[in-house]
Amino acid sequence: SSAMAAVLGRALRPPLRARLRPGPRAPLRSAASAEPLYDVVVSGGGMVGSAMAAALGHDIHFHDKKIALLEAGPRKEYGHMPDSYSNRVSSISPGSATLLSSFGAWDHVCSLRLKPFRRMQVWDACSEAMIIFEKDDLDDMGYIVENDVIMSALTKQLDAVADRVEVFYRSRAVGYTWPLPSHSCDTSPWVQIELADGRRLQTKLLIGADGHNSVVRKEAEIKNIEHQYDQSAVVATLHLSEATDNNVAWQRFLPTGPIALLPLSDTASSLVWSTSHEHASELLAMDEESFVDSINSAFWSNINHSDFIDAAGAMFRSAVSLLKPSGTAVRQLPPSVAKVDPESRAMFPLGMGHATEYVQHRVALIGDAAHRVHPLAGQGVNLGFGDIACLAHHLSAAAFNGSDLGSLKHLLKFETERQRHNVSLIAATDVLKRLYSTRLAPLVLLRTWGLQATNALPPVKVRISLDWGL
Amino acid sequence: QLSLFRLTVKRPFSTSHSSVDAKEMKKFQLLAHKWWDEEGEFSALHSMNDIRVPFIRDTLLSMSSNYHRGSPLSGVKILDVGCGGGLLSEPLGRLGASVTGIDPLEDNIRTAERHKSFDPVLAKRIQYKSNSLEEIVEESMETFDVIVASEVVEHVPDLETFIKCCSQVLKPEGSLFITTINKTQLSYVLGIVVAEKIMGIVPEGTHEWEKFVPPEELEHILESSGFSVKTVNGMLYNPLSGSWSWVESTSLNYAVHAVKSGARGQSGPTGTSSETDVQQRSGTAGTAG
Repeated sequence: SSAMAAVLGRALRPPLRARLRPGPRAPLRSAASAEPLYDVVVSGGGMVGSAMAAALGHDIHFHDKKIALLEAGPRKEYGHMPDSYSNRVSSISPGSATLLSSFGAWDHVCSLRLKPFRRMQVWDACSEAMIIFEKDDLDDMGYIVENDVIMSALTKQLDAVADRVEVFYRSRAVGYTWPLPSHSCDTSPWVQIELADGRRLQTKLLIGADGHNSVVRKEAEIKNIEHQYDQSAVVATLHLSEATDNNVAWQRFLPTGPIALLPLSDTASSLVWSTSHEHASELLAMDEESFVDSINSAFWSNINHSDFIDAAGAMFRSAVSLLKPSGTAVRQLPPSVAKVDPESRAMFPLGMGHATEYVQHRVALIGDAAHRVHPLAGQGVNLGFGDIACLAHHLSAAAFNGSDLGSLKHLLKFETERQRHNVSLIAATDVLKRLYSTRLAPLVLLRTWGLQATNALPPVKVRISLDWGL
Repeated sequence: QLSLFRLTVKRPFSTSHSSVDAKEMKKFQLLAHKWWDEEGEFSALHSMNDIRVPFIRDTLLSMSSNYHRGSPLSGVKILDVGCGGGLLSEPLGRLGASVTGIDPLEDNIRTAERHKSFDPVLAKRIQYKSNSLEEIVEESMETFDVIVASEVVEHVPDLETFIKCCSQVLKPEGSLFITTINKTQLSYVLGIVVAEKIMGIVPEGTHEWEKFVPPEELEHILESSGFSVKTVNGMLYNPLSGSWSWVESTSLNYAVHAVKSGARGQSGPTGTSSETDVQQRSGTAGTAG
């Protein structure tokens, strides 16, 4: 009866044993062994991994802890920003800016360069439908920052806590050994990491920030739902025909994919054009003039309009303006492009992915290792920064409670919070991507009316803004 | 009047004046290697750390003026009586304290030693000894800043002896933290029948209702041993979520914080309690029914 009681009692709570991955056995060790033991090891030194290590390194409750950051590439010196802009930029939400300033990195970004924007105009190539995001107060809606600028700021802040955070450059992890469930006392309870050069580390918590092809995720045997889109993104640095305030982010949904112009300065903008692989290759191959023409045409041409859709759209718009006079937005005109920076054109394939679990005993995934989205929502790195804010919060509380940092108890809280936030956003982004990939009239009408309605309804717009961290 | 009467009715099983009961030891012997299974027999004790560690930490922080960044209990010498497998010793050690964990059961100490051995920081900060409290009194007079006796006093045969020993090894103005179970009808139904026999939250036979300690009795013994009781707080376990929370009522589980009087040496009835009442969530069980 006591056994039955035990079963009944434990059946009421979700079994955690499934998360205690068996995996290859940890070697038999009787006491603290020679390999250095870290409290946290972050695998992956990109924007998200570096920010995670910096956030923990600057946390007061981690003052006496040992953190390691593993980065496969070499240390980059960001001493002097080149005059030309880098073609890899990110749209940073105010929430992400808050995280970066919590450990002093945002000040560095501001002292380097960034472009705040006040407004986003999103519209359809197949109709006149448009939605404008704008903040009522005079606050910035977001910031366009080059990835190199962010990395420079993060590297500075990592250097500032070098006594706590050890960065291993040119270090790739080639093997992970997972511990058995902690009640078995004979083997090492820590995660063992083997580096390519043969060095070994041990850690109480391994954070996987190693991108959408995460090795940590694969080795932990966490299932990943993934899908390669038939699209690649073309990026480039563009120069505008004339100087302007340039504080609007523009995105137009073409049938082949969305094209976005993100402001970098009064005279320059960054291009992110998601389109088919073939078209992307063509864009890269064509001469600069034709490239510029394609961009301008993509933003200005009405070739995809059909009379039917235009009429239906206009009708809907009048209906909306009867019911809600302020509900139709004033259309601004996007800037036209004059030149493209030579050598700045590049392309990379797009896909979506979502890990079914973000955590396991002594393991947590953040950033693209946990979730990968289409750039159309400008969310990618913001989701990663959101993961960091949440995980750092839980780890800080755990450290202040003297808890074992690798314990599933607080890791699961992180997972629940973030999955709740991320799943709907990732799904919505995926739906939007598919919805806007067609010329079919019914779907165009649906999204036209949907976009116009959303534009007219403040509560829905506010909700979207909040979810996207705008 | 009533409480005095209750005190004269001695616990039926104890004829000795020691702080350790052989029968109790046997019960824990069988479970000695299961301490560190967070989801196993001791899961409720693991999750109790979520409230008892902050309770101890915040109480001590509010009484001291030094704060070492990242190590809130740095410099504090703690005695963990009845440490078992070290479930409470380890978090206290991680917060910077020097912890001595004692438990009369050798197997428990062995489990605790083994578990801490993998972490070099903890291995240095925590010392385990297979001893009863009485056995270490002579060599540890007024040695410790803090004593924690969590889920222990409901297992000792003679509570007065136990408290007296605590007083002897504690420095003047040192803190004593106790968590235990009240002796009420509710604690019989929920604490024994449901927790042990029906839901298996606690291994069957762990507790004997006769030995549960009402807070009034505990307070009385503490006050007459030279302690000033600062805080008494009810605790409640939610078996569905597996978590503990603080509650008004002390009818089931409760926690006590008491401070040894500043006068050196002997214990005697204390005068008025100190004005430095530190807790936001304070309440004394003596006033409630």
